[in-house]
Amino acid sequence: MSKRFALGIFEDEDVLLHAIENVREAGVKIYEVFSPFPVHGIDDALGIERSRLPIAAFFLGMTGLSFALWMQIYMLGFDWPMIIGGKPHIALPAFIPVAFELTVFFTCHGMVITFYTISNLYPRWKTPVLDVRATDDKFVMAIEMNEKTDLNRLTQLLRANGASEVNEKEMSKF
Amino acid sequence: MATLTHQESVTAEYLEVSSNTRKRFITIIIAGVVLLVIGLILAAMGGGESAHEGAAAAHGATSAGHEGTAHHGSPIWMKRLLVSLWHNNVFFTGVSVIGTVFMAIQYVAYAGWSVLIKRVNEALSAWVLPGGVILVLLFGLNLINNDIFHWTLPGIMTKGSANFDPIIAGKSGFLSVPFYLIRTISYITIWVVFTNKLRTLSLQEDLNGGTEYFHKSITTSALFLVLFAVTSSMSAWDWVMSIDTHWFSTMFGWYVFASWWVSGIAATTLCVILLKQAGYLRFIQAGHLHDLGKFMFGFSIFWTYVWFSQFMLIWYANLPEEAVYFNQRLGGFNGQYTWLFFFNLLINFAFPFLVLMTRDAKRQMIMLKIVCIAILIGHWFDFYLMIMPATMQANNGFVIEFGVALVFLGSFLLLMTKRLSQASLVPVHHPFLDESVHHTT
Repeated sequence: MSKRFALGIFEDEDVLLHAIENVREAGVKIYEVFSPFPVHGIDDALGIERSRLPIAAFFLGMTGLSFALWMQIYMLGFDWPMIIGGKPHIALPAFIPVAFELTVFFTCHGMVITFYTISNLYPRWKTPVLDVRATDDKFVMAIEMNEKTDLNRLTQLLRANGASEVNEKEMSKF
Repeated sequence: MATLTHQESVTAEYLEVSSNTRKRFITIIIAGVVLLVIGLILAAMGGGESAHEGAAAAHGATSAGHEGTAHHGSPIWMKRLLVSLWHNNVFFTGVSVIGTVFMAIQYVAYAGWSVLIKRVNEALSAWVLPGGVILVLLFGLNLINNDIFHWTLPGIMTKGSANFDPIIAGKSGFLSVPFYLIRTISYITIWVVFTNKLRTLSLQEDLNGGTEYFHKSITTSALFLVLFAVTSSMSAWDWVMSIDTHWFSTMFGWYVFASWWVSGIAATTLCVILLKQAGYLRFIQAGHLHDLGKFMFGFSIFWTYVWFSQFMLIWYANLPEEAVYFNQRLGGFNGQYTWLFFFNLLINFAFPFLVLMTRDAKRQMIMLKIVCIAILIGHWFDFYLMIMPATMQANNGFVIEFGVALVFLGSFLLLMTKRLSQASLVPVHHPFLDESVHHTT
C-alpha cells in the first residue's frame, strides 16, 4: 500500500513555524515535518502530544533497580554468602553503587530501544526518505494526499506561506 | 520561538519594597529574638531537653565525664548561642555567595536564558560582606572559651601541658589562630571583591550599554571561579571540618559546597517565584522555572552523591578515626542525632527527587515553592548535623537555634530586598537579554 505526499520545502525555520500554524489553521492535516536539527517550539506548533517515553523510563529504571538489588541480595546473601570487610552478608550501602549503575543502564538502553521501536527506526537495507535534503539544509513538510485532495490549492497554500518549492512524491512502506 | 508573532518591548522595572513587607521581615527578626530569649532562659534554668548534662557543664566541669572533649568553658546556654550563631552564619554566608557563583558560571558559559534572573543572584550575594564580618567576630568570641573550636584551646599543641593532644598538635601548621584568621579574611575578601566587581559592571552596563561590560564580566567571572574552587573547599575545612578536629574527610569541601550550592539555587528560585507572584519579572516563563527546577533536581542528587561517597567509604573501611564521625551521628549521644541523620537524607534527597521528577512539577510554581522551602530547611539541618555533635555533644537543642535562624533570615531578607530594589529587575542592556526573554524549553 503506497501513499502519496505533497512536500513543501522550506528554507528557514521561522518561516516553517509560521507556515505550520497557518497550514493547520487552514484545516490541512500535516503528516510529518522533517528538519536537519531540532526546532524549538515545533512540537507545540504541530500540536504533538507530550511523549510518554518518561513513563517507560520510570518503569525501566525500576526494573533495573529491582534486578540489581535482587541479584546482589541473592548472590551475596543466599547463593554464596561471603564475609567482606566484616560486614553483614546483605550490606545495603555496599549494594547502592551497583544498584545505581544498573538502574541507569536499564533506563538508557531500554529508552533507546523503546524510542527506535515506536519511531520505526530499525536498521534496514533501503531507508524510506521523502526528501534527502531534509538531512542537509532544507525543512520538509509532508502532507498526505488522497483522491479528494486538490493539489493546486495545496500548492498555493504552501507557496503563500513561504515554501520555496512544492513536490509530489509517492512512497511505499511508509 | 513560538511567540515570535508578537514582540513586547523589554523595559526596566523596579521593585518597590513596601513598608508592609519590611515590617514583615522585622516581625521575623522579632519572633526570632523572642524564641531566642525563651530558649536561653530554658537552657539557663537547666530546663528543656538537656537538664542533667546542662547542669554539669554549667558548673564548668573541666575534667571527667564527657566523651572525648571535656573542656567546657562557657555555661551551656552561652555555648549554644555561640555555636548556633556560627552554624547559621556559615549557612547563610554560603547560600549568599552562591548568587555570585551562579552568575559567574552563567557568564563563563555564555548562557543566555538566565539573564532575567541575574539581578536576583546579585541581590542574594548582598549578605556576603556582613556574613563575613560576623564570621570573624564570632571566631574572636570563640577564643574566649573555645566553644566552637576545640583546637584553639591554649596549650593543646604544647607538649607537657595538661591540655596536650598529640593529634591536634600534629596539625599545628595549618590550625593556628593567626593563619586561620588570614585565611578566613582572604576568602571573605575575595568573595566580596568579586561580588562587588560583577555588580558594578552590571550596573554600569544598565547605564551605558554596549558589550564591553559583558566581556569584562566574563574575565572577572572566570578568575572568580578559579579562586572560588579553592576558597570554597578551604573554607569548608576551616569553618566546618576543623570543628571535628581529629577527624578528616577528603570529600568534605565538595560536600559543604554541594550543600551551599543547592540551597543557593533553591533560594534564587524561591525569590524568582515570589517576585513573579507579586507581579514583577513578567518575562519569566515556565521555561525559566523549568531550568531552575532542573538545577535543583540535579544538584539535590549531586549532594546525595557526595554525601553517600563520603559515607560509604568510611562505613566500609571502618577505620576508628574516620568512623567516629558517623558513630556520633548514628546512635551516639543516646541516639540524639539518629533521626536527624535519616531526616537529612529524606528531605534533601528523597523529597526533591520524587517531587521534581516529572516535567510538569518543574514548571509549576507551587511545586517548586514547596521543594525550595524543603531544600532550604533540609540543608539548614544538614549544617546543623555537621556542626552540633562535635560542639554541643548531647546538649543540643532547637529553640535557641530556630530563634537565631529567624533573626538571620529576617536580616538576610531585609538586605536582599534592599539590593533588589536598587536596580532594575531586568538588566536592560545585557547582550543576551533577548535570548532570555524568548527562552523556551
